[in-house]
Amino acid sequence: MNAQTVTDCVLVLVILLNLGMLAVSRLASGVRLFAMQSLLLAFLPLSADVLEGESPGVHALVIAVGTIAIKGIVIPHILLRIIRTGEVHREVEPFIGFTASVFVGALLVIGSFGVATRLPLPTSPISTLIVPVALSTLLLGLLTLVSRLKAITQVLGFLVLENGVFILGLLLLKQTPLLVEMGILLDLFVGVFIMAIVVYQIRREFDHMDTHLLISRKES
Amino acid sequence: MTALRGIAAIPEAALVLALPPLLLSFVVKTKAWFGGRVGPPWLQPYYDLYKLVNKGVVFSTTTTWVFRAGPIVNLAALLTAATLIPVLSSDALLGFAGDIILVAYLFALGRMFTVLAAMDTGSSFEGMGASREVTFGTMSEPALFLSFIVLAIVTKSLQLSQMVGPQLYASSNSIGPAMVLVVGALLIVFLTETCRVPVDDPATHLELTMIHEVMALDHSGPDFAYITYAAALKFLLLGSILLHVALPHPGWPRWIDAPLRLVELIGLAVVVGIIESSMARLRLNRVPLLLAGATVLAALAAVLTITRSTA
Repeated sequence: MNAQTVTDCVLVLVILLNLGMLAVSRLASGVRLFAMQSLLLAFLPLSADVLEGESPGVHALVIAVGTIAIKGIVIPHILLRIIRTGEVHREVEPFIGFTASVFVGALLVIGSFGVATRLPLPTSPISTLIVPVALSTLLLGLLTLVSRLKAITQVLGFLVLENGVFILGLLLLKQTPLLVEMGILLDLFVGVFIMAIVVYQIRREFDHMDTHLLISRKES
Repeated sequence: MTALRGIAAIPEAALVLALPPLLLSFVVKTKAWFGGRVGPPWLQPYYDLYKLVNKGVVFSTTTTWVFRAGPIVNLAALLTAATLIPVLSSDALLGFAGDIILVAYLFALGRMFTVLAAMDTGSSFEGMGASREVTFGTMSEPALFLSFIVLAIVTKSLQLSQMVGPQLYASSNSIGPAMVLVVGALLIVFLTETCRVPVDDPATHLELTMIHEVMALDHSGPDFAYITYAAALKFLLLGSILLHVALPHPGWPRWIDAPLRLVELIGLAVVVGIIESSMARLRLNRVPLLLAGATVLAALAAVLTITRSTA
């Protein structure tokens, strides 16, 4: 088990978690799968350094810690809180069925493996799987985004999409300044925060409307 | 050398034929242990078979020859498959390039005749069981074939006994994560085809929820003995395909290889027992999702191996 095999296993697990997110029927398990995926991804910048035979640099460490803190802990926590406290229906309610969306997802994965081999890259990637996995994570995130009914699952799809961007960013880890990565994480955090508030508001509106109707019925 | 090989194969073949009911006994004993019971005696499946063989047969008047042929064709197909599949040692009795397709379709032939025999009785329960069996069979077949494709690419061979064993062991370091996916897919296929818990419950007592058992309701006497034995044999054969892929042995001498494989088969039976005691079967409409998952795992493994081998 060298670092190369470990990296490959992590990337394959990332795809499996993506497909798992399409298959689960409970919102909370979907969020947990996303948290697991982000934790796995956090180790990739470290492994990129280890593969080049150096100890992990500050740059990679900061990105790893930031990813674990924001995407692995804070964001899942916010989402789980919304699901728990808000009386939202806990099921996913897909537009296309679970089996069908897993199959479409698998086709997208195969497609991105096919496309990835033809893409010219500026630098040689740490693993041949990086580009196909990044593309398929992007596409599967997009699929989750468009094929699910709930506001929460749409947030989830957006987050998975961002994970894809993160994997793609690993290609240029050495060339990008730290500030850019941190900026993306911050944007993401603020985005989820705002969406959480919006989701909360939607629910409150509907709750309010419901109780109002009930009261008026009683009075009449 | 070939004569010597032939003589060495006789005790092994005898063991392969005698083993299947004992493996089922291991599953039953594990489940009994989980339930805090003693369970039936170790040789109970053999007693059952003996009892059934000595009984008479009753045929319904609505049935035709298809009903009588069902159990026999099923058993014959599985016995033929047994000659092509490496069970204890990693080379099978027979083999030729492309025999994986024959093996897969021998399983399919056995299933087809069981299903036809079930439909021949005209019972609505059996028709329902047949419908489910065929649906799940159709969905597990792509997973099986995609797994075979991965093995064929890795070992560059189309003969089942060449696709496992030392050839697979030699290249198992270079394949990486794809092999784990194939093992996962094959495990799901194994549990589906042998009618084990997440898909079907062999101990269920409700005709409405049965899949495999319901198709055998009208068979009696020796015919039912054939069906029971064929189910046990299928467990052994698919289980050994799974084990040969999951734990490939480097060409060890036969006297280490075969006993070790036997221990692994017993281990697999215990694992099946643990799975059966620790989880409930899936809702029928969730089963296709599980099988789709197996197909997707195998497809992903195939894509990974293809990218790896062209890069």
